[in-house]
Amino acid sequence: MPEPAADLTVLDDSGLSPPPRRSSRARPRADGREVAAVFAGGALGTLARAALAEGFPHSATAWPWPTFAVNIVAAFLLGYFVTRLQERLPLSSYRRPLLGTGLCGGLSTFSTMQLEIVRMLDAHAWGLAVGYAAASIVAGYAAIQLSTAVVRRVRVRIR
Amino acid sequence: MNVLVWAGVVVIGGAGSLLRFYADGLVSTVAGRDFPLGTMVINVSGAVVLGLLSGLALSSSQSLLFGTAAVGSYTTFSTWMLETQRLTEERQYRKAVLNIVVSLALGIAAAALGRLIGMHL
Repeated sequence: MPEPAADLTVLDDSGLSPPPRRSSRARPRADGREVAAVFAGGALGTLARAALAEGFPHSATAWPWPTFAVNIVAAFLLGYFVTRLQERLPLSSYRRPLLGTGLCGGLSTFSTMQLEIVRMLDAHAWGLAVGYAAASIVAGYAAIQLSTAVVRRVRVRIR
Repeated sequence: MNVLVWAGVVVIGGAGSLLRFYADGLVSTVAGRDFPLGTMVINVSGAVVLGLLSGLALSSSQSLLFGTAAVGSYTTFSTWMLETQRLTEERQYRKAVLNIVVSLALGIAAAALGRLIGMHL
């Protein structure tokens, strides 16, 4: 697993503590708008993922590009949205459920990835299975790291 | 694949995401937020169900609706990665590694087990 880059750590420690208005963690319980936002975002994310999966079918022993792509893109977007919403924008009751929980959660999938790995193992494609699992985790982690850094850098520049 | 099936994908995808939202809230209420157990429970339970579905002889529409849309939207890769990255930011490396290794090991085992069960149903 990649270590956080040194300059990131510096940025992290230099005045990135959340603004005072954030300290009150009084998030309201799920209201109608929050539920609708999760549903709408999830519907859209799932539609995009399903369309890619149907549009680019592949054999059990081929690299699962559709799943790999949506997972890494969703990880990048989630890191971006969550960091931006938590550390930059005013508290909102529906943006995170819509974009994070809904869109990115619906776009990405863990179960399909696991089943793809099982199918690779079934086909004795050991190297592919290990490579796919490792590449997904490394790229997914790096995507979060990168998008988080992008949001924080912009913020630091503005100040 | 007709329009109705794709409308089903949209509705089921929204519902699966809502189920994840509520399940995560439930697990976090019970087990706390020190470790991202909610996402792990969701992902492993989803993997066993998707494995089971893959073992059944489903039509392509059924597989799209119940597998890709329902279980696919219920489980999440992005939140798994976000929570892991946030743990390393807080220098909780042991928890971060545990979150990756245990999720992956249990996820693969769950999918394999579900598939085995599905094939014998």
